[in-house]
Amino acid sequence: MKQGIFEIKSNIALTATVYKMVLVGDTSDVTAPGQFVNILLDGLFLRRPISVNDCVGDELILIYKVVGKGTEQMAKMTAGQTLDVLTGLGNGYDLSKAGDRPLLIGGGVGVPPLYMLARQLREAGKEVSVILGFNTKDEVFCEADFKALGCDTTVTTVDGSYGVKGFVTNALPESYTYFYTCGPEPMLKAVYKATVTDGQFSFEERMGCGFGACMGCSCKTVTGNKRICKEGPVLTKEDIIWEA
Amino acid sequence: MGSVNTKVTLCGIEMDNPIIPASGTFGFGYEFAELYDINCLGTFSFKGTTKDPRFGNPTPRIAECYAGMINAVGLQNPGVEKVISEELPRLAKCFHKPVMANVSGFAIEDYAYTCEKLDKEDQVGWLEVNVSCPNVHGGGMSFGTQPEAAAAVTRAVKAVTKKPVIIKLSPNVTDIVSIAKACEEAGADGISLINTLLGMRINLNTRKPVIANKMGGFSGPAIFPVAVRMVYQVAHAVKIPVVGMGGVSSAEDVIELMLAGATAVEVGAANLVNPFACRDIINDLPRVMEKYRIQSLSEIIGQA
Ligand SMILES: Cc1cc2nc3c(=O)[nH]c(=O)nc-3n(C[C@H](O)[C@H](O)[C@H](O)COP(=O)(O)OP(=O)(O)OC[C@H]3O[C@@H](n4cnc5c(N)ncnc54)[C@H](O)[C@@H]3O)c2cc1C
Ligand SMILES: Cc1cc2nc3c(=O)[nH]c(=O)nc-3n(C[C@H](O)[C@H](O)[C@H](O)COP(=O)(O)O)c2cc1C
Ligand code: FES
Repeated sequence: MKQGIFEIKSNIALTATVYKMVLVGDTSDVTAPGQFVNILLDGLFLRRPISVNDCVGDELILIYKVVGKGTEQMAKMTAGQTLDVLTGLGNGYDLSKAGDRPLLIGGGVGVPPLYMLARQLREAGKEVSVILGFNTKDEVFCEADFKALGCDTTVTTVDGSYGVKGFVTNALPESYTYFYTCGPEPMLKAVYKATVTDGQFSFEERMGCGFGACMGCSCKTVTGNKRICKEGPVLTKEDIIWEA
Repeated sequence: MGSVNTKVTLCGIEMDNPIIPASGTFGFGYEFAELYDINCLGTFSFKGTTKDPRFGNPTPRIAECYAGMINAVGLQNPGVEKVISEELPRLAKCFHKPVMANVSGFAIEDYAYTCEKLDKEDQVGWLEVNVSCPNVHGGGMSFGTQPEAAAAVTRAVKAVTKKPVIIKLSPNVTDIVSIAKACEEAGADGISLINTLLGMRINLNTRKPVIANKMGGFSGPAIFPVAVRMVYQVAHAVKIPVVGMGGVSSAEDVIELMLAGATAVEVGAANLVNPFACRDIINDLPRVMEKYRIQSLSEIIGQA
């Protein structure tokens, strides 16, 4: 983990409520896709956790949805302003398990962290399939980015206004060697049931610190208690215990 | 003025400075030891330890407030056996000062059991006995709200240890002074306060409490004035040293609590937001001492 001051290079709207922010600073502690950063904002006590969408050189890219005070504040920020950010948080996805034809499944703001993963898997020569789930056409983002990486990309919308109608689980391919997923918990549960291989899931929890100090984010797993912010947010399929 | 003196003595143990990360906000120190040399601290109070391992409360356990937060962690810890066999050896590699062992329990025998085990550990300098955690149903809370119960815990713990015993009090009471005095009479070597204030938040979207446990402990800068008041009241009523805490986030806050009567000062929620908070406060102390013409910190204790 590192604490750093990052300068905003750009901050643009991708949809009515989702923004993409490019930050510049010391990214040396971002070591794996699926990690997150924790952002200090004016007048708000707790930092806000946001996944790393991508990280190249000294550029850190975040994609976030405006849902409350913190993300509203972020959406109003402009190039040149700075943010205090803790980087290198969480374990991230383990690429070594991917096999030749990994499947990536993202839902809503669970889509962003899969981008860096897809890029690295493509760079490692993998054949990557991606399923991106949204509620409706207006909410779709990042599709072109995954296509540009050469991923076989399918979009699903719940209302059928774009791509395949239904949930991500309605678009699962016949075969894949392994899977990686991030999204709202109901989606993760559906993916857990519908998938036929092992895989890795990224979870969210309300956080106090984001770096393992407060025990605010604990969950039970097959291999013992884990902190979503430290031993997570990525858990393997066989490790997950779903709470009732 | 040159070099100022930040040393204080707490229950017979000298500390390089009065700064102590508060229990529950510093784990067992390792996360912070990766960031800075935690030997700069006066000491630190490790995560509340109980007789048996505890997972704690369901999540969400955290809610945000103006200038603070609510937590309902529910004393998650690996239990005293594992703390001794795993956490303390690991801690010994990165922290070379006496540590403050924070202990919780749900029955007087639990407190005694845990303290007796920790008494045998050379690394432990002080026992900080939490009779106030507001998170656990039917548990910790009741001891800290009645003078007799707090005194009974104090006596039971004193009987099994030679280490200094600091009783950590809850602010959720009508008469903090009577409880502090009861602990002093029962043999406590020090009092620490304040633990968190019982609080609650409700999510307008779901119309339900934010925290799974509904209520939790409110801490952070918002509670600082309550801490100053209670430290002042207790420090003026007892002869044993008082460790002050509640909302501290700057060197100025440390000095204010010491003026109110604190011999040492714990820093809690601030560590969660700025992992360097304690190091920064320690580095800033000499500047602020010089600004307020303080030569030695130990001289200002209780001057207000
Ligand atoms: C590991 C992790 C990665 C995340 N990655 C992303 C991402 O890439 N893009 C994105 O848009 N969102 C992401 N989120 C969710 C994001 O953290 C919340 O949407 C954000 O904190 C809301 O803050 P706010 O001030 O706008 O909302 P408010 O509702 O005003 O926030 C109040 C409090 O609740 C917490 N909170 C609110 N919603 C969530 C949530 N869903 N999960 C955890 N805490 C929450 C906030 O952090 C804050 O402490 C992630 C969450 C976690 C835990
Ligand atoms: C996340 C969290 C966990 C805590 N856990 C404990 C604990 O295990 N034992 C204890 O005595 N106090 C615990 N506390 C209380 C703090 O040690 C401290 O008394 C309180 O938070 C007030 O200080 P602050 O305002 O600086 O946070 C906890 C506080 C927080 C925020
Ligand atoms: S959020 Fe503090 S331990 Fe995970």
